[in-house]
Amino acid sequence: MGIFLYFSLLGLCKHPFRFKELLKQIGFIGTGSITVIFFTALSAGMVLGLQGYYSLHKFGAEGMLGSAVSLTLIMELGPVLTALMVAGRAGSAMCAEIGIMRISEQIDALECMAIDPFRYFISPKFLAALISVPLLTAIFDVVGIFGGYLAGVKLMGVNGGAFFAGMEQSVTNHDLRLGVIKSFVFALLLVWICTGRGYFVQKIRGAGFGAESVSTVTTQAVVMSSIAVLVFDYLLTAVLL
Amino acid sequence: MSGGADEIIPAAESAAIRFVEVSKSFGERGRRHRVLDRVSFSVPKGKTTVIAGGSGQGKSVILKLILGLLKPDSGQVLVGDRDIVTMGYRALQEVRMLFGVLFQGAALFDSLTVFENIALPLRERTKFTDQEIRQRVAATLEQLELTGHEEKFPAQLSGGMKKRVGLARALQLDPKIVLFDEPTTGLDPVMTREIYELFTRTQRRLGYTAVIVSHDIPQVFTLADQIILLNKGELDVFTDASRIPYSTKPNIREFARQVMGQVADRE
Ligand SMILES: Nc1ncnc2c1ncn2[C@@H]1O[C@H](COP(=O)(O)OP(=O)(O)O)[C@@H](O)[C@H]1O
Ligand SMILES: [Mg+2]
Repeated sequence: MGIFLYFSLLGLCKHPFRFKELLKQIGFIGTGSITVIFFTALSAGMVLGLQGYYSLHKFGAEGMLGSAVSLTLIMELGPVLTALMVAGRAGSAMCAEIGIMRISEQIDALECMAIDPFRYFISPKFLAALISVPLLTAIFDVVGIFGGYLAGVKLMGVNGGAFFAGMEQSVTNHDLRLGVIKSFVFALLLVWICTGRGYFVQKIRGAGFGAESVSTVTTQAVVMSSIAVLVFDYLLTAVLL
Repeated sequence: MSGGADEIIPAAESAAIRFVEVSKSFGERGRRHRVLDRVSFSVPKGKTTVIAGGSGQGKSVILKLILGLLKPDSGQVLVGDRDIVTMGYRALQEVRMLFGVLFQGAALFDSLTVFENIALPLRERTKFTDQEIRQRVAATLEQLELTGHEEKFPAQLSGGMKKRVGLARALQLDPKIVLFDEPTTGLDPVMTREIYELFTRTQRRLGYTAVIVSHDIPQVFTLADQIILLNKGELDVFTDASRIPYSTKPNIREFARQVMGQVADRE
């Protein structure tokens, strides 16, 4: 898997770079995920708004709601939920696609034409994920905060000015940076695991053969990348906070 | 071409591909399945070699060994005079440029149309303009009676059409060596004959070395300058189909009795 990562990154530097494929993949991973991200973010934000209000209300600190919601979203929920959604939606598809290309000898065929499969279609997926996931995370954060605002301010009657003032005061560059770093790391993890599992579908023990092996490996890829995201979330928080 | 089983190994310089004592097994330790047991043979340059043998006897494995897609457990696989087993990735890519390959399952790129499949090697590996590529692909499509199917996807094709598209793709880069894995399986007899004719024509024109895996016994033997039979890990080489029943190897004689017996009856 390490060598796989190396070749995938190396494939980014090889000529000619397939710009069209990159755009297609950004379209698939990024644009295609916007709706899912929007609704996830809105619900998550609204829940945060309600929950936050409920807890803070006990201490009479409803004014803190804006900062609580935005910090949670930017540092934790935004990157994590976006990565999980993308893993479930695009990661599984990538894994299955590459797995099928492997078992139907399409990857062998590429290699026989001396076309580097990494440059041809794996590396563009890496770059597309690295571009799309952070942007999706940003969208998640904004929509989530809006959701928090809806729930906290419009429904529960927290002061709107206080909501945004609290947010402005508490969110620092450091917090934003942590969020961005996380989203890059998660993007790399999920695209690495999902494409790699598909690529090595025939080398994975106990995965079975043919169509069954692709389905087993795709499930594994989504589970593994989700767990990896959560574990790395903890590690990054512990190290960087 | 005539001659016995004894004068078959050509001098090294006229061999396009050589296997030297190659073994290959699959499976976990404990119940390993030995597909090739120290087999040696060579494929003469510019000639047609037919590999025949029962299903699951390792014919496709031989082709994958030639391409470096599988590594042998022991032995050497030489293309030209270079051992591809020990070769680095870049050198291997260079060697692969010599080959045109038709996989058993055709291995078409299923997200690309027929046209794009055939055009792919030209787009990626040559400097032809779009115009030239379109002309070349159109010409091949016509030869293979595929005109009108350019915009279809592989999933919309019949098995025989897939084979023909795979064949067209394999021949695009004017390969020095072609490897065809069951090019006519799933085709009707008329199309089979036409594929073989096309094949003889292009070989005369391009002078490539051909390795064909086929089940069309004995039809395919008419194409063959050399025949390789494979049974239970053993392999024997013939330049004349009539010598097959007299092989020195028991597994091959057994295979000959099963398959060639009927041939002898028919002739
Ligand atoms: N990648 C592989 N992993 C495990 N076993 C394989 C693999 N490829 C081929 N085999 C085994 O090798 C034997 C020969 O396969 P193959 O060369 O495809 O047969 P055929 O002569 O029909 O083309 C079969 O028993 C098959 O199960
Ligand atoms: Mg086969």
